[in-house]
Amino acid sequence: MSAMTAEQIDDLVGRYPEVFNRPFLVRHGKSLAVAAVAVYLVFAWNLFAIGQVFQRGNWDIAGSYLADWISYEVRPDIAYQDGYLEVEFPRFSPLGNDPKPDWLVTEQAEVTVVTTTEAAAPAAQAPAATGFLVPGAKGTSTGFMAPGAATGGAAPQTGEATGESVTTSERKVLPVRADVDMGSGTVLVEPYRVTLTRGAESLVVTAGSDGIVRADRELPEWAIQRREGEKIVAFFGFDGRVEVEEDEVKIRQRFLGWENFVFDPSSAFWNRSFGDVAETILWGERIKPEQSNLSLAIDNFLNNAEWQHGDVYVKLGQTIVMAFVGTLFATAIAFPLSFMAARNITPSFLTNQVTKRLFDFLRSVDMLIWALFFTRAFGPGPLAGISAIFFTDTGTLGKLYSEALENIDEKQREGVRSLGANPVLVQRFGVVPQVLPVFVSQSLYFWESNTRSATIIGAVGAGGIGLKLWEAMRTNADWENVAYMVLLILLVVYVFDTISSRLRGLLIGKGQM
Amino acid sequence: MTTPRYSPMVTETERHWQALARQRRLYTGLGLVLLLMALAGSLWFANETNAGKFWDRLPHFFDFFGDMIPRDGWEIWRALFDLESPYADGSLKYDYPVGRVYLSENIYMPEYVFKMIETINIAIVSTLVGFFFGFLLCFLAASNLTTRGWLRGFVRRFLEILRAFPEIVIAGFFAAILSLGPVPAIIAVAIHTIGALGKMFFEVVENADMKPDEGLRASGGNWVERVRFGMVPQVLPNFLSYTLLRLEINVRASTIIGAVGGGGIGEALRLSISRGHEAKTIAIILLLLTTVIAVDQLSAWLRKRVVGEQAFTSVQGAVS
Repeated sequence: MSAMTAEQIDDLVGRYPEVFNRPFLVRHGKSLAVAAVAVYLVFAWNLFAIGQVFQRGNWDIAGSYLADWISYEVRPDIAYQDGYLEVEFPRFSPLGNDPKPDWLVTEQAEVTVVTTTEAAAPAAQAPAATGFLVPGAKGTSTGFMAPGAATGGAAPQTGEATGESVTTSERKVLPVRADVDMGSGTVLVEPYRVTLTRGAESLVVTAGSDGIVRADRELPEWAIQRREGEKIVAFFGFDGRVEVEEDEVKIRQRFLGWENFVFDPSSAFWNRSFGDVAETILWGERIKPEQSNLSLAIDNFLNNAEWQHGDVYVKLGQTIVMAFVGTLFATAIAFPLSFMAARNITPSFLTNQVTKRLFDFLRSVDMLIWALFFTRAFGPGPLAGISAIFFTDTGTLGKLYSEALENIDEKQREGVRSLGANPVLVQRFGVVPQVLPVFVSQSLYFWESNTRSATIIGAVGAGGIGLKLWEAMRTNADWENVAYMVLLILLVVYVFDTISSRLRGLLIGKGQM
Repeated sequence: MTTPRYSPMVTETERHWQALARQRRLYTGLGLVLLLMALAGSLWFANETNAGKFWDRLPHFFDFFGDMIPRDGWEIWRALFDLESPYADGSLKYDYPVGRVYLSENIYMPEYVFKMIETINIAIVSTLVGFFFGFLLCFLAASNLTTRGWLRGFVRRFLEILRAFPEIVIAGFFAAILSLGPVPAIIAVAIHTIGALGKMFFEVVENADMKPDEGLRASGGNWVERVRFGMVPQVLPNFLSYTLLRLEINVRASTIIGAVGGGGIGEALRLSISRGHEAKTIAIILLLLTTVIAVDQLSAWLRKRVVGEQAFTSVQGAVS
């Protein structure tokens, strides 16, 4: 390719000035827009202090919150005493009362226990109390939305400890060694001496009675100690972590799955195989004389303290009902109103304008505002949600319907009118057959989309699963419940999506979707 | 008058038509009965599980509108512009000047205007983020540009998940990590926007004219060049139009997310309604109404400039 001479270039520029000498804005419009967006983003970064917020964010905990979606922790505490150990599981542990898991093996021996009544009572209570005070200690509460239950048990009984001290000594068989299998490592606990092993590395931590925790060597990568003498935390990856403190070892072992998903430990069917449960339900003796086993099983399932299946299903049902009834009512009201709003059907300018502005008003006062209003009026629950969806969608559907009506083919109306039909019959046979498929399809679309929005407005109190979801998230300890509800919501949305798009396909043909 | 005599074929046809019409009517009737039964059941269920029963609460319904009337009309004005109230008694109800946001010594921005701007900014930032990632992903999801089925399928599923995942859960999760405030709201709305815009974008790309692309391929353009010079110029107007439509939706969405802890005007509205501060509530609602209408109008005007009248036919597809 030969290069162009200067004359040739000038000639080209002269012949096509509109290509080579475009106005500044046209030439640099795109770069300017990109620059403006960049400047704006810097401004927004500062406005919301995004960098700062991210920096201060609690990123360590994000991983464990995410892991909570699909797994659970079991949190035994092993307290050191003089010569023996005390293994304590928190109340409402997922393993039930007094569990003996095979990953925590204790070695028993006969030891002399010296008890001073003054000191002993609080000491025995100490592990339970500390376990209770750990922020987000899931095991100690019965489940989300039952805050009363969490405070029930762990109050120390200090009443009898106030007398003068009496020292007694007795011989007892008690655990002296505890072997914990953490999956990717092991923990060997002896009084005031803990051996942590992960892979080929092992670490011996001693906890002096002076309240100082020290390791026998430099800490490996998987263990940290924030400050000299304080607790040492060893991490075992997904399998959890172990906190070695001066008076106890806190085991936090994580297991994949949703614990006690069907029956909780208070149920007679808990921890039994499927076959066993089925057999008991079908042929077994009645566990409670006044109730058949099947209804007891259903009862226990729906009232599962951790998962609250019954409540979740009721709330999910509310969400579905809110979307269904709200959209149906909105359709029923928007249908006649849209005939008043369409200027080719109602020739009165005033009526058109009044209805159209009413639609605009209903639409612009957002679903949120209606939801807050109706929550005040009807109290929290699905009635508020139904009304909010009803009001907003009357506006939206009315607008869409009246636009569809204004675009109809006038010939059919003319034909019906020329046969001498009265005005109602003209609409019925001249207009409705044309627009009905479009109307129904739009209503179906909104039904489906409202199933999603109903989740969100539920969170402000308008009923449905939204509020339950929000409350489960606020505790920061029930992410597995959140996962469960999200799965149910996605399932419901998917099912309605499919139904609605099938029906729409039948109504208006595949091509127009 | 005698009944006209038809040939047997006509009678047969007539009878068959009658039968079909009867069947149709029967199905319509059955469908309606089913719908009414579902409605009745739903209403009963909704009423049963509501905190207050419908008929008990209905008389109090209008009490609430009565409660919404402020002490005098000017209170709304004062609440809106943070002016001193003559009824100020130290309670939260009349403490309008407390919320002033001072820009300089003497000039301040009224609290609610500031919060409204915050909400709009949440919407704008998340729309921009959504546009950026939706733009990057949509070409990978379009069947006319990405021939590898697994990649296309993967991107599409990914966009679907982003779209269907409840915004409130994303907001709640990031609120747990970053503490409550506008940033979790931005993340939640942005993630949803990526999914929603990505889906619309790839549909636009699939409907695009492939001739420029062919030309580029013929002259040896690689994939990026084909997208940049063959696709982007013709789809960009539609992309912008959809993005503006999304912006309208996102202003509403960020108000709602705000009400459940994302900050901004939504939170202010929820608080003032639940505390029964009439003047503040009405001031916020007025502000919201004006803003929503203004944003709608502005975006409609811009869309008309960008793509012409056809931008107005797509209200339906863009709602969720």
